[in-house]
Amino acid sequence: MNVTWILAWRNLWRHRRRTWLTVGAMVFSNILLVFLVSLQLGSYQMMIDGSLAAFPGHIQIQHRGYLQDQHIYQSVPAAVELAARVRAMPGTEAVAARAEAFALASSAERSFGILLTGVQPGFEPAVSTFPGKVRMGRYLEEGDSEAIVIGSVLARNLKVGIGDELTFIGSGRDGSFAAGVATVVGIFDTGLEDVDRSMAQVPLAWFQQLFAMGEAGHSVVIRVPGLEQVQATAGALRALPGVAQGELVVLDWNALVPGLRQAITSDMTSAWFTYSVLVVLVAFSVLNTQLMSVLERTREFGVMLALGMSPGRLARLVGMETLLLAALGLGLGVAGGGLLSGYLNHAGFVYPGVEEMMERFMLGGRIYPEVSLVSLLVGPLAVFIGALLAALYPALRLFRLQPVAAMRAV
Amino acid sequence: MRYPFATISTLAWRNLWRNSRRTLIMLAAIAVGVWAMIFMAALMRGMTDQMVRNGLQTLPGEVQVHQRDYRADPSVVNSMAPPSRGLLAALLEPPVTAWAGRVRVPAVISSERGSRSVTLLGVDPAAELILGSLPEKIVAGRALDAPADRGVVIGASLARRLETGLGKRVVLMSQDTDNNVVDRGVRVVGIYHARLQGNEDRFVYAGRAAVQGLLGIGDAISEIAITGDDYRRVQHWYPRIARAAGDEFETLPWTELDPFLGSMLAVQDGFTLVFMVVVFLALSFGLVNTLVMAVFERVREIGLMQALGMRPGLILGQIMLESFYLLGLGLLVGNVLAVATLKPLATGIDISAVAQGMEMMGMGAILYPALHIQDMLMSTAVVIVLGLLASLAPAWRASRLDPVAALTRD
Repeated sequence: MNVTWILAWRNLWRHRRRTWLTVGAMVFSNILLVFLVSLQLGSYQMMIDGSLAAFPGHIQIQHRGYLQDQHIYQSVPAAVELAARVRAMPGTEAVAARAEAFALASSAERSFGILLTGVQPGFEPAVSTFPGKVRMGRYLEEGDSEAIVIGSVLARNLKVGIGDELTFIGSGRDGSFAAGVATVVGIFDTGLEDVDRSMAQVPLAWFQQLFAMGEAGHSVVIRVPGLEQVQATAGALRALPGVAQGELVVLDWNALVPGLRQAITSDMTSAWFTYSVLVVLVAFSVLNTQLMSVLERTREFGVMLALGMSPGRLARLVGMETLLLAALGLGLGVAGGGLLSGYLNHAGFVYPGVEEMMERFMLGGRIYPEVSLVSLLVGPLAVFIGALLAALYPALRLFRLQPVAAMRAV
Repeated sequence: MRYPFATISTLAWRNLWRNSRRTLIMLAAIAVGVWAMIFMAALMRGMTDQMVRNGLQTLPGEVQVHQRDYRADPSVVNSMAPPSRGLLAALLEPPVTAWAGRVRVPAVISSERGSRSVTLLGVDPAAELILGSLPEKIVAGRALDAPADRGVVIGASLARRLETGLGKRVVLMSQDTDNNVVDRGVRVVGIYHARLQGNEDRFVYAGRAAVQGLLGIGDAISEIAITGDDYRRVQHWYPRIARAAGDEFETLPWTELDPFLGSMLAVQDGFTLVFMVVVFLALSFGLVNTLVMAVFERVREIGLMQALGMRPGLILGQIMLESFYLLGLGLLVGNVLAVATLKPLATGIDISAVAQGMEMMGMGAILYPALHIQDMLMSTAVVIVLGLLASLAPAWRASRLDPVAALTRD
């Protein structure tokens, strides 16, 4: 081992307490950074998965403009057949066709406006988590016709239970009057007030008949095995005959739920602020320590210079000391942070009061931090680099040192 | 030494500047930390403030009075009589600044091209204007002018989705108290723009008397919305309204009307404190380090002072004072920095790039940082209290030095 390294290592332990305090600052910040970054990445992953699995899916095929205006006539022709063709494509996990319309639903006592969705009972449970949230009765089944599944708040507001009849009125695709009577077969409870208050699902075939849709629907919802496959699959769908030259568009989840990515971006920005503050504070701490350690050795450095050591080599020595110090902080910090996040990745993490907020993104109350190379290393590496930069000033001072004056310094 | 305190405070101050470079670095670190604490607190407070304000505008009011069953069953059946004389008297007393009785029923609005479910609000425009619950901006046409106004004002987004516009006729459908579907054709007299697009789709404003006529409920209303004072102080005055309203009505403050908003406020307060403590902890390593070094350099000097008869308590006090001066100066600089950087941002930070993400959390497109004196005080308290606690250990060690051993140390 190089003698300078040994010198640097020994110099580090001349002030045991100071070194440990400086390393402590780094380890504290590193553990915190690893924890926060894993928490952040973990919750983003959950936000995306939770929101998309709930209803929108990863990709949808819609009529151009439907997303924006939601006019009933902006429909996808032969939706069921298109869904079947897409389902046969490689790279898709689940595919279902849907149609939507607003209607006034009336029970014996009450009337409320609802968003009525026509779904394929056999395929819908694979693209949405709502069917799995049926708390009373059952979800729609293949062969159902005049059956309806409604949200729990809607059921309470309409004062209906399983087996009761609901009448609804709306207008069909051609502007005609649309009306129907359906029996409530199930009530779902998603925990999302807006959804539970206004959503109802009926079989697609019956919906098409009722709203004069013919064979048309409003969207084909597609789930892919993982987020990273979205772009490839979307590209393949765009080339599909019937999609490529028609009035249809293929929308990925960014277009379907633009708020999601933006919520993540805005959260990211405020998180970076926190991280930068931590890194800067640690850098100050290192700057202080290294400056002190250089200043108190002025005489020693003077002697070394007088003996013929070059200032560059002295600066390298200080640099090595900092490197060792920072490496110690990095190693211990990553280990500590990894242990903490790893444990929480297993046990989950709860911050009191955040549950209500998380419900908006369709998550449970528990966050599972994601431990990955990125979450383990990004923060600690920033601290490492910050520490090295902080040592520049004390190291560069050495070049201005005059041997004689330095040896006389008090 | 007749005035020991005056002596040690002079000593502490001079000691602080013996190593001015070290002191300045530490000062800079504390100032950056304090600045970050206050800056972050102001941003977060600005964010929650806006979320709560937006929420209160939608509710609207800080306190609402309903018929007991209305919230569980928001139907026209659960309407209430206009305020009695006793309640009216209570509504005229400060801190109530405005109140309005409004009809609020679920409805379906249809144009010839489509229909949507909405919340129909029958309002008294003059009263709602003072309450601040009318849409912010009328982009076309006019606002409602009287309770008997026969027109409706709808959101720009809803108008686009219904493909209707100013001067066009739309049909409103709802139910009367006997659950008969009632409908009426009305003219769109105004189109509004709301801060949150979701509200544009959801709320349709009409004259109160006109809606009462449509529903056949005489002069009954659905709710009384009351505002006054700072929203954080609602707990102090809402019980008086509740007593005046009497037991047959349900009087609730906004924290219970919208638990999400209430919990937001608590989460934010908790989060601000956590952030401050974390920043301080990152700082504290440097602080303790500086003090340990300061004591280390002065071991002989302290031994001499003890040999000359200075009591350990005064030595402890001297080190603590040194730390106190350092913290105080850092706080001063940090606070000045925070005010100086927040002042130019008071006109708002444009975050429209992530507007849809923020809307999911109930925020608008411009963030107004809110510098509150209590956040500055909180950061001061955190820094001084925790800072002095952290200084206790090095100061204690200094006061326990054995004079003889300390003097003979080289």
